[in-house]
Amino acid sequence: MHEMSLTESVVEILCEEGRRQGFARVKTVWLEIGALSGVEPGAMEFCFDVVTRGTLAEGARLEIVRTPGQGWCLDCEKSVALSERFGACPECGGYKVQMTSGDEMRVKELEVE
Amino acid sequence: MCTVCGCGTATLEGDKAHGDKHGHSHSHAHGDHDHSHAHDHDHHHHDHDHDHDHGHGHSHDHDHDHHHHDHDHAHGAGGEALDYGAGLAGVHVPGLSQERIVQIERDILSKNRSYAEENRGYFARKGVLALNFVSSPGSGKTSLLVRAINDLKDKHAIAVVEGDQQTSNDAERIRATGAKAIQVNTGKGCHLDAHMVGHALETLDIADNSLLFVENVGNLVCPAAFDLGEAHKVVLLSTTEGEDKPSKYPDMFAAADLMLLNKSDLLPHLDFDTDACIAHALRVNPNLQTLIVSAKTGEGLAAFYAWVEARSDLARRKAEARKAG
Ligand SMILES: Nc1nc2c(ncn2[C@@H]2O[C@H](COP(=O)(O)OP(=O)(O)OP(=O)(O)O)[C@@H](O)[C@H]2O)c(=O)[nH]1
Ligand SMILES: [Mg+2]
Ligand SMILES: [Zn+2]
Ligand SMILES: [Zn+2]
Repeated sequence: MHEMSLTESVVEILCEEGRRQGFARVKTVWLEIGALSGVEPGAMEFCFDVVTRGTLAEGARLEIVRTPGQGWCLDCEKSVALSERFGACPECGGYKVQMTSGDEMRVKELEVE
Repeated sequence: MCTVCGCGTATLEGDKAHGDKHGHSHSHAHGDHDHSHAHDHDHHHHDHDHDHDHGHGHSHDHDHDHHHHDHDHAHGAGGEALDYGAGLAGVHVPGLSQERIVQIERDILSKNRSYAEENRGYFARKGVLALNFVSSPGSGKTSLLVRAINDLKDKHAIAVVEGDQQTSNDAERIRATGAKAIQVNTGKGCHLDAHMVGHALETLDIADNSLLFVENVGNLVCPAAFDLGEAHKVVLLSTTEGEDKPSKYPDMFAAADLMLLNKSDLLPHLDFDTDACIAHALRVNPNLQTLIVSAKTGEGLAAFYAWVEARSDLARRKAEARKAG
């Protein structure tokens, strides 16, 4: 979904941090993108090249760290792997699963100069 | 263009370059031109202090040779992971370049969230009930709003923000009812964001204790992720769509508090399984309330109006309680 506008938000964050923290160039960007976030990493990489043009992050390397989907099954009373956001528990097949991670969309770290 | 800011791609009907009549200024670094070219523009109606997380108010001169000497003061970013209070920018020695790793840990949607909180504060102070109407294209959002406005306008002041990629057709349909409406064209953007709505609010100048209906861009995916500061998302689904839509687009049904199953007048002609549809919706959101309605015949709308009245009342009373003490 809307990778373009999310990528623009990333670049905006980079510009802001550049002003705040006094760096003029971003060489690498580490993003944490959860498997259940709905974000397509490939689309984001494509957008990143386009959106960073003419900015302090032009030519920067984009590293996307994928975090797996996980949930807490109320029936099994344990943490289970989730492959879709509102999916069933892989152990009992029930739907009483609360997502605990996997929807992250975060700028984690930058290599700057 | 920055879409979270909305200044780049979205256009506000009747807007001649963002107004200079408004309260505060902030600087945006727009992604599609020189990076150090942060420009100021004024926006919003603010009679209160800001604490959103983008640097504003203190952007000094920006040069264009990739050496920054501007120091944006980081304002307390509610809920942000990183505390900028220490003022890293102050440590920076201009011209001294060094490679380093900086920890950021910032949520990509955090900017939208802070704009949404601003809008939410504005609604709370004014006792306004704001509802964000979402659906796929053509489910009947505008038809429903036109009908609801006609039925409620004697009791409530009502204003509408219309989001579409292009045209101001829907805003014109709304204005024909006598209600205030502003069209926001998102261009290629597939959803409204909180900053676009903030800009629209200045122009609308809504009355205290009124109803604000926001019609989002017809899209069951993206608007789910963007909080506009509304009290509730209301999702429309029409009987001409599949009953498994809530399972196919779960985020939207999870984000909504009320589902209006619209075009009930067509049910006799269709194989639509209402119970199955509601079951799909409740699976992704056990707290979702559902009403079966027709924007055409008015069926079921009395219950919807009662739902609106109760929440509008609450918003008004909360604002009064705030003012009282
Ligand atoms: N039969 C029937 N038709 C309806 C009803 N509500 C809307 N329609 C028709 O559905 C079509 C689309 O309605 P709109 O109100 O424009 O839908 P929308 O959700 O605002 O569409 P977009 O803004 O383009 O996303 C129009 O032809 C309406 O007349 C209803 O309750 N019953
Ligand atoms: Mg419409
Ligand atoms: Zn989108
Ligand atoms: Zn289980």
